Amino acid sequence: MKKGMYFYLQLAFTLLVCAFLIVPIFMSITAGLTNNYFVGVKSGLTLRWVEQVWTLYSDTIWLTMEIALVTTLVNLCVGVPCAYYLARTRSKLSAFLDECLTLPIAIPGMAIALGLISVYGGISEFRMSWLFILVGHVIFTLPFMVKSVLAVLQSINFRVLEEGAASLGASFWQRFFHVIVPNCKTGIVSGILMTLTLSAGEFNLTWMLHTPLTKTLPVGLADSYASMRLEVSSAYTLIFLGMILPLLIAAQWLNRKPKRTA
Amino acid sequence: MKNASTSVAITLKQVQKTFSDGTLALKPLDLHIEKGEILVLLGPSGCGKTTTLRLIAGLEFCDQGGQILFGERDVTNVAIEQRRVGMVFQSYALFPNMNVSENIAYGLRVRGESKELKEKKVQEMLELFDLEPYAHRGIDQLSGGQRQRVALARAIITEPEVLLLDEPLSALDALLKKRLRTDINALLKRLGITAVYVTHDQEEAMAMGDRIAILDRGEIAQIGTAEEVYLSPKSEFVANFIGQMNHFDGLLNGQALSFRSNFIPLPETLYSTYKEGERIRCMTRPEDVRLTSFEDATLKGAVSHSVFLGDRTRVLVSVEGVKELVHVDCFERKRYSKGDRVGLVIPPLCLVLLPNLGSEEVVC
Repeated sequence: MKKGMYFYLQLAFTLLVCAFLIVPIFMSITAGLTNNYFVGVKSGLTLRWVEQVWTLYSDTIWLTMEIALVTTLVNLCVGVPCAYYLARTRSKLSAFLDECLTLPIAIPGMAIALGLISVYGGISEFRMSWLFILVGHVIFTLPFMVKSVLAVLQSINFRVLEEGAASLGASFWQRFFHVIVPNCKTGIVSGILMTLTLSAGEFNLTWMLHTPLTKTLPVGLADSYASMRLEVSSAYTLIFLGMILPLLIAAQWLNRKPKRTA
Repeated sequence: MKNASTSVAITLKQVQKTFSDGTLALKPLDLHIEKGEILVLLGPSGCGKTTTLRLIAGLEFCDQGGQILFGERDVTNVAIEQRRVGMVFQSYALFPNMNVSENIAYGLRVRGESKELKEKKVQEMLELFDLEPYAHRGIDQLSGGQRQRVALARAIITEPEVLLLDEPLSALDALLKKRLRTDINALLKRLGITAVYVTHDQEEAMAMGDRIAILDRGEIAQIGTAEEVYLSPKSEFVANFIGQMNHFDGLLNGQALSFRSNFIPLPETLYSTYKEGERIRCMTRPEDVRLTSFEDATLKGAVSHSVFLGDRTRVLVSVEGVKELVHVDCFERKRYSKGDRVGLVIPPLCLVLLPNLGSEEVVC
């Protein structure tokens, strides 16, 4: 089929939008690897800034990874059973819980953080620890894990699968781990990736909750933008992209795979 | 596979089920299913057949006062996983995360059986159900008939005390359905397993069951062999649910049922139990009515239309005094046209009589 002018116009527009989004990222990466950004690439490429960021901010990178991993772990332990409960039960309580879980998506992160500080801020040990940020991250990311697993549960006839397993003598836990969890795998994996990505990149909430000793990567990034030279903060961005891009690509790849149904 | 030794009788005593919204799904039910017997629960949707099956399975629990026994064992409050039942679901409920062999082996896996035993028994099942080439296939790579066989193999591998089948053939096409029901019936008989089979298809019920229990609005309308429920239905509901019935409403006049100028002679066993002039309803199957010459007959009518069905011709006759057209099956190769005047003969032994017409209008 011959492609008309309309097609090429559309293509040009799409490419333009992509360029609008990608060029700044590319520029930032270049800045992080250039000796002097204002002189340009001809000043020479270097990993100096990346090394400097690592020396100055490696603790924020480790803390970010730690919080993201523990948030994911908590979401797995709480979110999957929670989604299972919501899919199984049709009561006023489950509807209420569903609403409560969705709420953090709608409320600004700052407001959640403020709520946490005003209620638990007095417990200084807790307030000073990274666990305080963890709680904020769990509140913010849990709905994404629950909704992702719930969507898969609602697409498979899990009740009958469970009844089938029960008729063969499987106990509740056997049914849960042999049948429910494996058949929700796509939902769980996409929930994990979403949690990791959201937690690693979370700024609003974390900025309110952090202390000088509990700084995460996005908070450190904001600091470096404010106080360091552009090449350093760009190198910092580069490290962040290196962490987050594989997760985003994995999430996209997973969504493309057709879901298996019962 | 020897299931006969593990099979038990099932007894239901005053088993009733009320749902949480207050709906009475099953009225107090007493039922005894012999060891090795195949009982079919038949009825329209919402009649309580699946509820009864789920109560026997342990997927639902009956109201206070009811009792379910497997042999001598009281299982009333025992959960399904401890009841030692095998169940085949309408949607098969095969696990999409496991292949054919893993699905079949699952019952042995949760019992913690050894690898050798699992492999041996799975192999036996694969051979029994002609599933060997598909052993490592995923469930989504199987046809409907193959899935059905996997579901059955998975249910019987653990040698359950009873086998429960919830409309296992309803998702299949008509031809496959017929073949599989013969296969399943032969297999259940060979294994000697006590089985409860739920269906809404009367032909399937008659082909499968040693006995058929016909349920209507939460209670058993009639229970008996296929012959008993077909030839001697105890109620209008049963008569109409199993096969086709012609109805003749009239008054008992001497030794016959009369309406308008027509009458049907009744055998003594039937008329002697009713009073002269009593309103009665008489029923007969299309294949029991014979068409004869108009002049000699006591029951006369005109052909409304006829349908050629291959092995027989279904002739619909309009009879004066009968509300609905009378269905007649003719097995001889003879053509009938609209308006042909015919006589109808019903052998007295092929008549079923039901009293209590109540206030229904009788045209006499």
